[in-house]
Amino acid sequence: MVTQYIFYIFAALLIFSASMVITVRNPVHAALFLVLAFFSSAAVWLILEAEFLAIVLILVYVGAVMVLFLFVVMMLDINFVPLREGFARYLPVGIVIAVLMVVAMGTVFTSVYFSGAQMNVVTPTATDVDNAKELGKLMFTEYLYPFEIAGAILLVAIVAAISLTLRKGRSKKSQNPAEQVSVKRKDRVRLVKMNSEKKSG
Amino acid sequence: MTDKIRQYFQSLLLWELVKGLQLTGKYLFRRKITVQYPEEKAPMSPRFRGLHALRRYPNGEERCIACKLCEAVCPAVAITIDSEQREDGTRRTTRYDIDLTKCIFCGFCEESCPVDSIVETHVFEYHGEQRGDLLMTKQKLLANGDKHEKEIAEARAKDSLYR
Amino acid sequence: MLSEIYQWIQGTVLSSIVGFLVPEIFQDEALLLLGIVVKIVAILVPLLLSVAYITYAERKIIGYIQCRIGPNRVGFFGYKLLGLGQPIADAVKLIFKEIIIPSGANKFLFIIAPVLSFAPSIAAWAVIPFDDVSVLADINAGLLYILALTSLAVYGVIIAGWASNSKYAFLGAIRSAAQIVSYEIAMGFALVCVLIAAGSLNLGDIIEAQSGSFLHWYWIPLLPIFIVYFISGVAETNRAPFDVAEGESEIVAGFHVEYGGMVFSIFFMAEYANMIMISVLTSIFFLGGWLSPLQGIPVLGSIPILSEPNIIWLLLKTSFFLFCFLWFRATFPRYRYDQIMRLGWKVFLPITIVWIVIISVMVVAKIPPWFN
Repeated sequence: MVTQYIFYIFAALLIFSASMVITVRNPVHAALFLVLAFFSSAAVWLILEAEFLAIVLILVYVGAVMVLFLFVVMMLDINFVPLREGFARYLPVGIVIAVLMVVAMGTVFTSVYFSGAQMNVVTPTATDVDNAKELGKLMFTEYLYPFEIAGAILLVAIVAAISLTLRKGRSKKSQNPAEQVSVKRKDRVRLVKMNSEKKSG
Repeated sequence: MTDKIRQYFQSLLLWELVKGLQLTGKYLFRRKITVQYPEEKAPMSPRFRGLHALRRYPNGEERCIACKLCEAVCPAVAITIDSEQREDGTRRTTRYDIDLTKCIFCGFCEESCPVDSIVETHVFEYHGEQRGDLLMTKQKLLANGDKHEKEIAEARAKDSLYR
Repeated sequence: MLSEIYQWIQGTVLSSIVGFLVPEIFQDEALLLLGIVVKIVAILVPLLLSVAYITYAERKIIGYIQCRIGPNRVGFFGYKLLGLGQPIADAVKLIFKEIIIPSGANKFLFIIAPVLSFAPSIAAWAVIPFDDVSVLADINAGLLYILALTSLAVYGVIIAGWASNSKYAFLGAIRSAAQIVSYEIAMGFALVCVLIAAGSLNLGDIIEAQSGSFLHWYWIPLLPIFIVYFISGVAETNRAPFDVAEGESEIVAGFHVEYGGMVFSIFFMAEYANMIMISVLTSIFFLGGWLSPLQGIPVLGSIPILSEPNIIWLLLKTSFFLFCFLWFRATFPRYRYDQIMRLGWKVFLPITIVWIVIISVMVVAKIPPWFN
């Protein structure tokens, strides 16, 4: 019973912060509300006993992705006036897209495949089952193929991102510390022995 | 080539960092050289230049003859002197002020004094609580001289060998 | 030992309090709740005390390394006691200072930033095992939980830098954000090695997997990872020589320039709590946590008390790593920023990834004495 109340609290927090993300004016605040939304959804997952997923959500999205987001958003000096200029012009297109999306989502919810009758009531397994272990087993047996495909796609994306941002032809001016510390005295200094010169004239 | 390999292993094994840590680790057990100030004090040269004082002759007569050499030599213009003739015909100061907030403790006043009247003592632990406390008047300076005459004379005697 | 003390407290004090105050039907829940609160207090109070006294130890040790004697005046009741009263005096001073909020700063975020940086560093203590039964939350994904919480610490720094409305603070925040995110990755991969070796995410199980003798501890099969982890930990806590986020010679004090008084000291406490955290984790992952170093040695191993697992061993190992933090600070000059990034991405990351393969092979091949 107590968990139910906790669920309601976090669900309300999730909806509140998610709506704040799209209504708040300041982009940094929006990003921070997104962090809060991730947090509350992680809490909801924890209540569902999916502690592995919840922690990974925080680790990956809150701990890494959102940090980079914030990083970029904070550096941007966004001027809102030109962004709002075309509001009236783009409004019809926007409304059409919004209506389409609402219809699409509505059909998803009303379709037979997603109706309540189709949903199996999930019976929680014994509490001593290790979430991470079970997930790993599933991932590397039943879902090995999709998992590997996803991995390959991610790898392609990484390589693409690097090759897009890699600029060639620019002369590198950075120092190589390994080279710097390996310099020996004899590489740089040459001692010349010479007799003192006589004053001429 | 062997150098390269040695270098590689040294950097991988953090050799130089370990050497640095070793050095600081050794210093952890060195004798500490802190002087614990109010209880312990560092030795002081007889030429130390601290708080100023005006001296007197043994018979109680003040030495200063108001020649104003110190006033002239003072690079910080911290000294102000007014003088007058006394009944016995000698010239004496009526005002001898040193503004300690201006003074740079160079000791030129002491050097310039023909009668060893203005001196700088060993006192360095003084303070002022009000505005004006650090403006040394003639009375204060003379009182200083009376108070520390013994040490002042000692320091002068010690230093006389080198003058 | 700890669990017996707790049992005793629960049996006498707590049950009588609950029996006196709470109506009959809620007594079990109340006892559970009160028990958790008592455990939290039992973890937090020593933690905060040691945070206070690490500042003292830091000043003392760095002083000694520099041939000084460090703070030695403030004591208790007129006795100087080697300056042991110094942290208390500092705390009192900081509490009574005014909190100044700069103009143009975002007030809410400015105040909440230190809390955001302090909360994860103490919340992570929930899963730290102090001996084989004493742990606040014995969860299966303990290691992941710690990784998640240490990755949150960066928010306090970023928000502080942004909310201060100050260029120095913002520069510090950006530096530290990039640094923490980079070293997070090396750290995560290092922990992957540990969990492959131990076969569990639970911290207690990781320690149990290392039992045998001090040669069974993971510092031998995971030696490079051990070093990488500890150095990443130093970088993660923004300590010297990786303290470019503060970099007082370049950006004054980094993300907390605008903070003073108690809000500043919360950042300070978070930094030191993180240091203790990293030290404890290093000793748990690589030096066998509460296991005795004498265990399994022919003659010494039969000494009755010394060779048994005890929280004292954990504390000793932790203190050693804490000393290393201070030792590093007294020894090394600050890294240049691009070299920090180079170290994290080009040195540590490849080492950890290579070692994941090596350790996997070792585990699969069941190489004794660690993995049989």
